[in-house]
Amino acid sequence: MHENIKVGMADYKATGHPSILVTLGLGSCVGIALYEPSTKIIGLAHIMLPTSKISKAVVNEAKFADTAIVRLVEDMVKLGANRRTIKAKLAGGAQMFNFTDFNDNIRIGLRNIEASRDVLAQLDIPIVSEDVGGNHGRTIELYSDDGRLLIKTVGFGINYI
Amino acid sequence: MTINFNELNNLQLDVLREIGNIGAGNAVSALAKMINRRIDMSVPKVKILEFNEIPEMLNAPEEPVVGILLGMTGDITGHILFMLDRKSARLLVNMLFGFKESTSEEFDELEMSAIKELGNIMTGSYVAALSMLTNFKILCSVPNVAIDMASAILSVPAIEFGMLGETVLYIAAEFNEGDNKVIGDFFLIPDIDSYETLLKTLGVII
Repeated sequence: MHENIKVGMADYKATGHPSILVTLGLGSCVGIALYEPSTKIIGLAHIMLPTSKISKAVVNEAKFADTAIVRLVEDMVKLGANRRTIKAKLAGGAQMFNFTDFNDNIRIGLRNIEASRDVLAQLDIPIVSEDVGGNHGRTIELYSDDGRLLIKTVGFGINYI
Repeated sequence: MTINFNELNNLQLDVLREIGNIGAGNAVSALAKMINRRIDMSVPKVKILEFNEIPEMLNAPEEPVVGILLGMTGDITGHILFMLDRKSARLLVNMLFGFKESTSEEFDELEMSAIKELGNIMTGSYVAALSMLTNFKILCSVPNVAIDMASAILSVPAIEFGMLGETVLYIAAEFNEGDNKVIGDFFLIPDIDSYETLLKTLGVII
């Protein structure tokens, strides 16, 4: 039996095989799904903001792309994952409301995607697939068997990436 | 500046609750006028939630809900979000059109623009109350409607609050027309700079 583990908003979790990591209703937040094939260790982060540098007091490292991804990789390595063969998949970063006359904050989804890509590039973790942007929410499920990422939406059904 | 809503004392919470009360009260009486019916409102609840509790606190985080977002400019800048479930939105649309008995949870173009107008009037009167309390001049943008997963809609205010602290503050309003119950949540989301201005003016922080 697979264990179904929920990852909340501003949260990250790493776990071994067999398990499924689930995060519900990603909007402008980004889900970073990590998978290490040889050990089937998986990790999922649900970040809200691109960088911890914008916040003076970083209380919750899980909130930011830069800090959450680094911590998640550390947790996976602690569980026995091979650091060099970790692969990544990205989902989320939507713009839920179509404002054209607003400040950058409302386009935070795009910045979350870019920041997540940058952090993964710095860590030398390849992104194998992604389903990002648009203007719709996504629920994602990461499976430890083969690292497949299920993406559920309201208007576009279910997909795997 | 960081604001930890968990550290607000009872008096400060009362001030926020009162804003919610007056704002939502104003919004509901605007609605009552529009549909020409009597609407009762319960005392709005001010809720403070940790981010990771958000998906859990929603009964159905993946269920589509209606979100109406307006921008605020003027002495306070930021956004205001009014969120209601599709059943409530359907009730309101039916009341607006008077003759409708539809139970559909899909909305056509005309109904969508009615929802926009509804959001416009309700958030507009909410903001008018806030403006009166604070003497601030606040202007609202045209409304923008999205129907999507509750948790995804909520990520919009959550992210804004995320720049300030670890919690989201919102006002849950519940109102009835006869036996019909409408449940809606207001999220007042001032920009970082406006937050301090607002809370200071209201005497919540000194």
